[in-house]
This record gives sequence, C-alpha cells and structure tokens, in this order.
Amino acid sequence: MALEHADVQRAAHLARLGLTDDEAARYVDDLGRILEMVDMLQALDTEGVAPLAHPLDVTQRLRADEVTESDQRSRFQRCAPAVENGLYLVPRVVE
Amino acid sequence: MHDKTLAELKRSLDAGEFSSRELTQHLLGRIDRLDGALNSFITVTYDQALAAAEAADAARAAGKAGALTGLPLALKDIFCTRDVRTTAGSRMLDNFIAPYDASVVEKLAAAGTVSLGKTNMDEFAMGSSNENSHYGPVKNPWDFAAVPGGSSGGSAAAVAAGLVPAAIGTDTGGSIRQPAAFCGITGLKPTYGRVSRYGMIAYASSLDQAGPMARSAADCALLLNAMAGHDLRDSTCVQRGVPDYTEELDTPLAGLKIGLPREYFGDGLDPQVEAAVRDAIRVFESLGASVREVSLPHTHYAIPAYYVIAPAEASSNLSRFDGVRFGHRCANPADLIDLYKRSRAEGFGDEVKRRILIGTHTLSEGFFDAYYKKAQQVRRLIRQDFLDAFEEVDVLMGPASPTPAFDLGANKDPVSMYLQDIYTIAINLAGIPGMSVPAGFVGQRPVGLQILGSHFTEARLLNVAHQFQQGTDWHRQRPAFAEENA
Repeated sequence: MALEHADVQRAAHLARLGLTDDEAARYVDDLGRILEMVDMLQALDTEGVAPLAHPLDVTQRLRADEVTESDQRSRFQRCAPAVENGLYLVPRVVE
Repeated sequence: MHDKTLAELKRSLDAGEFSSRELTQHLLGRIDRLDGALNSFITVTYDQALAAAEAADAARAAGKAGALTGLPLALKDIFCTRDVRTTAGSRMLDNFIAPYDASVVEKLAAAGTVSLGKTNMDEFAMGSSNENSHYGPVKNPWDFAAVPGGSSGGSAAAVAAGLVPAAIGTDTGGSIRQPAAFCGITGLKPTYGRVSRYGMIAYASSLDQAGPMARSAADCALLLNAMAGHDLRDSTCVQRGVPDYTEELDTPLAGLKIGLPREYFGDGLDPQVEAAVRDAIRVFESLGASVREVSLPHTHYAIPAYYVIAPAEASSNLSRFDGVRFGHRCANPADLIDLYKRSRAEGFGDEVKRRILIGTHTLSEGFFDAYYKKAQQVRRLIRQDFLDAFEEVDVLMGPASPTPAFDLGANKDPVSMYLQDIYTIAINLAGIPGMSVPAGFVGQRPVGLQILGSHFTEARLLNVAHQFQQGTDWHRQRPAFAEENA
C-alpha cells in the first residue's frame, strides 16, 4: 500500500505531531520503505488465526474496588510545566 | 575491584577486604575518569550512591546483609527513580524528575543494591545502536569505532568497561540481548510478565520486559531473584512463585536437548559469528547435551509483524507526552493544538517520530485490519513456532545478532537497522525468555550466543549459561580500555 504525503500529514495531525512540509516529504520516503517491508505479511495466509494481543494466556486479576492511593497532587505537579492553584495551565480552550 | 563479578564482590565485602563505600567511591572515580570518552551514563547519582553504600555497610555490620547488599549497579534511564532525573534518552524528558520509583528500582533498593546512576539508551528504547539518544551515542569499550548496541547500550558498555559490575536493561525486541552480545557481557530478557513494568517508561507494552545485564549468568540469577515477582501495580505481571534462580545453576547438562533453528543460520549470518556460535555449541555437546536442527518457519515474518505492533503500541503510549503534565513544553503556544504539536515536535527525535507516525497510520481508519490485526495473527503463528519447537527440545541456541557490533554511523537507513534484530525480535512477540552469553570474538568485537527457552524457564536458561561459563572464559575477557585504565 503506497503512502502519500497526505497520509503522513494526516497521521501527524492524528498524533498531534507538528511536521513541516519538508519533514513530511522525508517521512513519506522512510515510512514508505518501512510499510513496503511490512507488506510482506500480506503474503501469509492467516485465515482463521485468532489475533494474539498478549503473549501469555492469562486472565487479568481484578483487585478489590477500594481506595488505595493517597492524594499526592502537589508532588505530582512539581514536574508540570505550568500549574496554578493545583490546576494544570493550558492555552484558553473556551472563549 | 572494577573487574569482579557480583558474587566475587560479595565475598570481598563479607571478608572485609573493602567496604561498599570504598567500592562505590572507586567505581564513581572510574566513571569520572572514563565515562567522558564512553558516554554510558546520562546521570550519575553520587550522593545517593554513597548514602546507599553507607546504609549497606551498616546493615552488613549489623549482620543483616543479603545476597546483594552493598553491591553497585546502574539503571537504564527508562526506570523512574524518585527525585532523580529520568529522561528515557529523550529531550522530551530532559527536565523530568520522577516523583516515584519503578517497581524494579524499589525491589533492587530493598535488596540493598547501590545504584550509581542512570545509563544512556536509544530514545524511548527505540533503536539497536544507542545512536538515537538525545544525549549522544555510546562507544563500545571493545572498539570505539563500533556501536555498543541498543537500546540498552549504556548499560552494556558500562558493565563491559568496568564502571559497574551489573546494570538493568529493558528488552522490547532485543534491547538487552543484542547490546550484551556487542559488549561481551551476559544479559537476560525474562518471560513477559515475570518482572513488573510499573514505573518503566512504556514503549510497546505487550513486548517490554526488564532484565539483568552482568558479567556472568550467576550474577544475572542473583539479580533476577530480586527483580522478579508479582506486583499489583502492573496488571500483566504474573502471579506466580519466584524460584531461587541460583538453585539450579550447578545442575549438570547431561541429556539436555538443544535445538538449532535452521532459520537462524541462514543468509546474512556473518561466517565468523557462525563459527563462534558453532564452537560454543560443541562445548555443550562435550557437557553431554544433544543437538538437533529445528525449524521456526515464520521467522522472517517477525520483523514485519514487530514493526506494526510495536509502533502501534508506541503511538498510544507516547500520547501521554503532551506538554501539559510533565516533560517538554514549547514556548508561547498559540492554542492547545499548537501546544501539543510543537511540544511533541521539539521533544521527540527522528526515530521516535517515525514510529509514532507508522503506528498512528497503521491504526487509523481503513488500515487497521490490513496491518494491526494481520500482525497480531502472525504473532500467534510466531509464538506457535516456538511452542512446537519446545515440544522437541529443551532450549534453542543460535547467534544473538547476525554480525558483531557494527560501526557507528553504518546503518543510516531505518529498515537496514531494523533487520539487525532478526534473531531477537520474535522472542518478544512470543513472550519467551532469552539470554545472550559471550562466546568469542570477531577481531576485537565480541560475539553473543543466544539461548532461548519456553515461558518461565529462566532457571533452566541460567543453568545452561552458567555451565557454559564454567567451561569457557569468554565472559572473563575484558576490553583493553578497562584494563589500561585500571
């Protein structure tokens, strides 16, 4: 499946990754070759094979629905770029 | 002191030949003198190391020393360390001081180990050469023209150069085994789910696993004893008893059935690497093991399947780096979308962007079935290859990498770099454990023998590797760089 400039810009937008047109042009080439390598999978017959998402056949255990964490907001916000009164600051979203 | 194994250092500490503080100071001094040239550490934690060493000495004086008390190690900079910078080799996290310890870090500290610092790595563990680090490439101590391998390149180089007796790495597609092979040390990737991933910065969550890198299989067993075990904070970490991994080390290998996957000895394998691996296999035969050829028919689909699954998981995992809660934030964002896009564009390096884009593309509407679902189906076939092989044999052996360490700058094309991982990547897709053990040299560059077992057979792999190391001295070879600077 050939990859086009618009596919790369679309993926970049979905991933919220800023790309200049020059960078996108370079990635069209790189990603195209990676996808060409990946396309080898299409040659394999996988009819009826169940997808494997996780290498072990185990079910995940559920824990009791209890509060186990204490409030550490100020500690966790110490590594944030901008906070005020315990809130994360971002550019205005709602006018 | 700098060239001893953990087991030897423990004996010296027990005998009072030197204290953990003296050992720690000695190694910190070596890091100061030698790591400028090597670049294996991103952050050295002098004060914390000396404090931990003193606490360990006090514990020993009080008769409370365990198997690892007072023994120094280093942590790949992918493990969160409370109040210590944790970068994952990325500009994105250059300013990130982790607010908590990873489970592995907590367990190793509780065992009394002394962390000297955080080692260099490919950005977010994406790479096979350590050239993708924001903090610059690491040199291979055996040959400064060569890469140390990746992504745990700093951990491998630091151990090989005698800066630290052991280090912890992570392995998503070979990132412990390949650098261990390139640097002539012993590395173990445990079974998926054996070691908690809590606090280990995620790359591809269904493949990532932490493991020990050291100077012997016996040392890896000591470290795995401390690292393995259930953790409520990682839902994929299995609830299963942890054996004493040192207990089976001395079991004789008579009757061991070794399988050699035909596909691991084919085109592209360096003849000198093959010769070293076949010599190693003859050592096992002399120990009473039998050898037969087996087939892993889907081997050549492993790299394509991996480069769908791993980037897909990465694109999801790395969405957390948004410039809002932690990590890099661009200056003067115009609006929220601009904040996200520019923070991520500035914070991530080239290879990380490539994988985010691939993952986002293959997961997007219209492509999901052809790529992601297909790759997961192939993943099942790959795992089945291994399950079938382990019906016939106890362990599989082959090279860890098709070549010895390649030159810095030699693999500029991403696809040619990806193809380097042909012998390691399927193991992560299958979730089985694997080791790399030193098994010779091509010129001055080490060769790694890879040993694979079925799920949860770490004790057997360590036993097999240890028996090999009882009869060979490849793991005792040290690079001239470490010795000239003793």
